[in-house]
Amino acid sequence: MRYLCLVHTGPDPFSGLSETEKRELDRDSLNYDKELEASGHYIAAEALQGPENAVMVKVRNGDVSTTDGPFSETKEHLGGFILIEARDMNEAIRLAAGIPMARLGRIEVRPVFSIPDSNRP
Amino acid sequence: MSEIEAIWRAESGRVLATLIRLLRDFDRAEEALHDAFLAAHEQWPKTGVPANPRAWLVSAGRFKAIDRIRRRVKFGEIAKEIAATEEEAWIPQDVDPIADDALRLIFTCCHPEIPADARIALTLREVAGLTTEEIAAAFLSRTPAIAQRIVRAKNRIKELALPYEVPEPDQLAVRLDAVLHVIYLIFNEGYSASHGAAAIRTELCAEAIRLCRQLVELKPEPDAMGLLALLLLQDARRGARVGPEGDIVLLADQDRSRWDRAQIAEGAGLVQRAFAVQPVAAYTIEAAIAAVHCDAATAADTDWVEIAALYDLLLRADASPVVELNRAVAIAMRDGPEAGLRLIEALLARGELSRFRYAHSAKADLLRRLGRSAEARAAYELALQFTEQEAERRFIEGRIRGLAN
Repeated sequence: MRYLCLVHTGPDPFSGLSETEKRELDRDSLNYDKELEASGHYIAAEALQGPENAVMVKVRNGDVSTTDGPFSETKEHLGGFILIEARDMNEAIRLAAGIPMARLGRIEVRPVFSIPDSNRP
Repeated sequence: MSEIEAIWRAESGRVLATLIRLLRDFDRAEEALHDAFLAAHEQWPKTGVPANPRAWLVSAGRFKAIDRIRRRVKFGEIAKEIAATEEEAWIPQDVDPIADDALRLIFTCCHPEIPADARIALTLREVAGLTTEEIAAAFLSRTPAIAQRIVRAKNRIKELALPYEVPEPDQLAVRLDAVLHVIYLIFNEGYSASHGAAAIRTELCAEAIRLCRQLVELKPEPDAMGLLALLLLQDARRGARVGPEGDIVLLADQDRSRWDRAQIAEGAGLVQRAFAVQPVAAYTIEAAIAAVHCDAATAADTDWVEIAALYDLLLRADASPVVELNRAVAIAMRDGPEAGLRLIEALLARGELSRFRYAHSAKADLLRRLGRSAEARAAYELALQFTEQEAERRFIEGRIRGLAN
């Protein structure tokens, strides 16, 4: 099964870190991606820029409108994701616990929903 | 199922069991197990399946784990330590320590220090190799709830530093009881749910039997044999318990040609072996009762004298109101409905079973047989009040309709 590990962080998760620590975190994160790749769990992973660089898009009655966002009141935002292949939820949890950012933020592990074959084009 | 998948099904629990001992950590061992099967997927199609796949997988898993730990530089010391101790301890061709590992895993997953509901989930995942999602489906529970139960159970094992071992002889009886109880609960969940519910739930019966069989192979204690016999004998009648519409078919009305005779013979053989050892365990007595039922060519041929005597024995081994109720039913069959009714009424008057649907339906049934329809109807209606299961409701409603005529 596939699971999306969503990395939630505070507004400025790296504020307390020195330059060396930040470099180490980046290196650990890239190494972990490689490790997941070697063990056959890796599908895709990216870190994301902050929500201040995001645009929200919607279409209503055929009209496209955009706003800044997501300007949520919540203190957490999505800082990145790793899509993994795992045997089951507990394996996904174990793999999520290995993500270096789990030490600074929180990882939400979401099973991927398979669209039933009958609904596919 | 591919050959490697079949080997996963058969061996993953045992390979994991040994890896936990070698690596001293559940999560690290699971990682190594995954790596080992990944290596198998790469190599076996080219080289063929090795003669001893279990030893191959353990060896590959251990090697991969050390490799992985070495790459995480800061843990270099741990890797050296594991490598050093295990060169001595790990002898690939020697099967005995591996058998002990499987036992260690079962006893650890069923440790009394782990909360009871977590023991079941942990055992099904770690020993039987079910996925979190399968366990959740089988127990009609949500995956996140089961997943967290498993995480907490593992944390508890770590926190308390539960020793990874087969209990010492003075502890064995109590600890074995805990293991047998987990297996029994797994079976019951599948057995009582088998009417019309998802197939995965009846899978639980097969898993419980597989676990119990493994336990008996590793540790042929009479209690474990008794439980295995009980599970085999109950399961042998599973197909005949449910009608084409998913309705309940009572033992007396079952098509006995649909009972699994080979499984009954195996169960009956185990009962005899387990019965030879004193004191006879409760599971063994229950199995013996099931064996007497299985032995009767028709419901009318059932030896109720023998069954009532076995319930007397069971009451001494493991007294409970439910056993008393079953004994009352057996006595009704032996001495007539009046005798059974007196016992059930006395039992109900004590209050412990006043919300137990089978107590009311058993009473109703005896009243029906005595022709006391009005009282029977009242008792059936009480039973209905405490019944949530659809098939059982339909069954009782059918009985009530039958009274009107």
